[in-house]
Amino acid sequence: MMGFLWFWLVAVMIVGYVVLDGFDLGVGVLHLFLVRTEAERSATLASIGPVWDGNEVWLLAGGGTLYFAFPLLYASAFSGFYLPLMIVLWLLILRGVSLELRNHIDVGVWRALLDGVFGFASALLTIFYGAALANVLRGVPLNADGYFFLPLWTNWQPGVLPGILDWYTVIGGLVALVALTLHGALWLSLKVSGDLEQRARNVVSPLWLILVALTVVSLFATIAVRPASLDNYFHYPVTFIVPVGVIASLAAIQLWNRNRQPLKAFLASCLYLFFMLAGACWGLYPVLLPDSTRAANDITLTRAISGPHTLAVGLAWWLVGMALAVGYVVFVYSRFKGKADAHAGSH
Amino acid sequence: MTAEIIHRLHFAFTITFHYLFPQLTMGLALLIVVLKTVALRTGSETWDRAARFWGRIFAINFVFGVVTGIPMEFEFGTNWARFSRLSGGVIGQPLAMEGVFSFFLESAFLGLFLYGERRISKLMHWFSAVMVFLGSWISGFFIIVTDAWMQHPVSYTRMPDGHFEVISFWQLLMNPWGLLQYMHNMTGAVVTGSFVMAAVGAFYLLEGRREDYARIFLKVGVIAGVISSILIIFPTGDLAGKYVAQYQPAAIAAMEGLFRTETGAGIVLMGQPNEETGQIDNPIVVNDVLSFLIYGTTKAEVKGLDQFPQDQWPTALPLLFYAYHIMAGLGTWFVLLMVVAALLLWRGRLFTSRWALWALLLSFPLPYIANTAGWMTAELGRQPWLIYGLMRTSEGFSSTVSASNGLFTLIGFMGLYALLGLLFTVLIYREIDHGPEPKQPATESVAAD
Repeated sequence: MMGFLWFWLVAVMIVGYVVLDGFDLGVGVLHLFLVRTEAERSATLASIGPVWDGNEVWLLAGGGTLYFAFPLLYASAFSGFYLPLMIVLWLLILRGVSLELRNHIDVGVWRALLDGVFGFASALLTIFYGAALANVLRGVPLNADGYFFLPLWTNWQPGVLPGILDWYTVIGGLVALVALTLHGALWLSLKVSGDLEQRARNVVSPLWLILVALTVVSLFATIAVRPASLDNYFHYPVTFIVPVGVIASLAAIQLWNRNRQPLKAFLASCLYLFFMLAGACWGLYPVLLPDSTRAANDITLTRAISGPHTLAVGLAWWLVGMALAVGYVVFVYSRFKGKADAHAGSH
Repeated sequence: MTAEIIHRLHFAFTITFHYLFPQLTMGLALLIVVLKTVALRTGSETWDRAARFWGRIFAINFVFGVVTGIPMEFEFGTNWARFSRLSGGVIGQPLAMEGVFSFFLESAFLGLFLYGERRISKLMHWFSAVMVFLGSWISGFFIIVTDAWMQHPVSYTRMPDGHFEVISFWQLLMNPWGLLQYMHNMTGAVVTGSFVMAAVGAFYLLEGRREDYARIFLKVGVIAGVISSILIIFPTGDLAGKYVAQYQPAAIAAMEGLFRTETGAGIVLMGQPNEETGQIDNPIVVNDVLSFLIYGTTKAEVKGLDQFPQDQWPTALPLLFYAYHIMAGLGTWFVLLMVVAALLLWRGRLFTSRWALWALLLSFPLPYIANTAGWMTAELGRQPWLIYGLMRTSEGFSSTVSASNGLFTLIGFMGLYALLGLLFTVLIYREIDHGPEPKQPATESVAAD
């Protein structure tokens, strides 16, 4: 019972991170292509300025929750995915610093460079996140102690001894890139006005078509790479509601965006991300990290979970703390609701 | 180099660089609340601008703290997997609590403080500053709780498979080691914040510009500086030292360079520890003082390193000795400087005493050095243990991450952080050069804000 609960609490943190930091990553990718004038760029960046580092907190809080609820998984995955995680850290550093810096340096070439770094790091991060999730779904070659160390790539095949990147995880990376860019476009159409708003709305349709195609491909690829992903669904057929939710939210994105209802379209995109992640987690449950060499050695919920007292105490403060956190998030977003104000701060 | 050394260096380098930022964040957060409070009570626009100016410095500093802080939470897993696996149920909790209770609070209200001044009332803006202060100080607390458990493990049981479980969560949070360390550490952060603020004030006065702001900075910086500089030695430093002497006697012996047990032990003010001969070369000693500092009497016996098996001696003995002496020496200088500055301020002569202004200006890097040396003292003193008395450092690093992979990412961080350090210096220089006056309307329309 505690295992089931914590599995989904960690999943909630991941969804929270992807939905929130997802749109500012997407805005980071998009601003490279969409923005034409300095004023537009200011408005674009002002739309994420007050919230991006709060969004990143979900990554830290989620990581911390994973750490104490499933220490074995945390230790194994973080040391095993050592190289890509270090690259992710460097990208997060470059991204945060370039965004901050560009507000302080008003020299054209430097700003262009920093904007480029910001966009490039955002794009690479989305790809790495998608690939990371695909790595977990595919499994890794665990040793008897539950540890592993993956090279960045091997023969690009998701076999017994895969690398971080193979054709399957690259698909995962592309899904994330397109889904979060789309997510960012919807956020922009909500937060900016004028020509830029129109352009943000127009870019949704082509992205949407690509995303539909990639979603279908990734679904079948996942079933091909790890057929066991379907077991839970057939065991509890009612959970086929999740893929239905994926389809419905995809349809809703397109519909509402065309009808110029950006808030609803953005929320539909949040739902899409939620259903995709929840669907992946449900396909995995109760495994946390599959062994690509033999199923008997998977890192499972029961193998990785902390002791009952740790979890009971953790649950008490976690519920209080997250209720507060959600309160702050709602409060801040409501303060900054409406179109972004490019000259809002003393900052 | 062995994998163990590289993983240690990896963590040590990234945490040392990281902590250059939070110490100013935490110190400034308090001082900004002071500025905002005066502004709110007096309605003074000058104090409000002063608060906004330090808010901008804070914001830059905060971003660098955030981006260098994220790697720290990852490195428990990437570089110290075996340690994390066994202790995650204990120290994972305060680490997660830092994110849940403090970062959400801090980031939400910082966004409001920096970007929302025109959207909220004056009182709400003041409240945001208070919340940012609270968030950053809560964050410090959870990190200290984490470290305190490694220094002085309390309230745990060890399960048959070797992993640790918390017994009483409340006792984990109220670890006496942590409370002492927290007071000492936060006072240290205020020392950094007040020295930096006073130094900027001194800089402006020496340049002969922005004198009204300079006086505010000096007044707040020197008053906070004199209080924190005294508190850092007594009672916080004194208590922390006695606690180390009680629970980590080998560490205190190494810190003080006491190789042989002595009754009426003297304190070594300077010297070079020689591990081979087991003595301090070229020492300057004041008799009986060490016994007095630890036990309150000049005749007490203080255990030397000879009382402990050599495999329990701190592994980097001279480094520990120097770090501790640098911290203590600088702490003494802080009190001297700030007491003199406070007297001058009281007599109304500080703003015209150029020598004192120069001393304040030139002293701003020293609290950074002292805080770093203090942390090195704590963490090197803990060696050879990762969890004091329970788990050795050699048992904790990630066994699947080879030495050269660790070296690769360590060098990567060094390069990236060199760049960050450069950018930070440029940004802060520009802010200080620009000063607290509002931006010109022309540049404001260009700046992204």
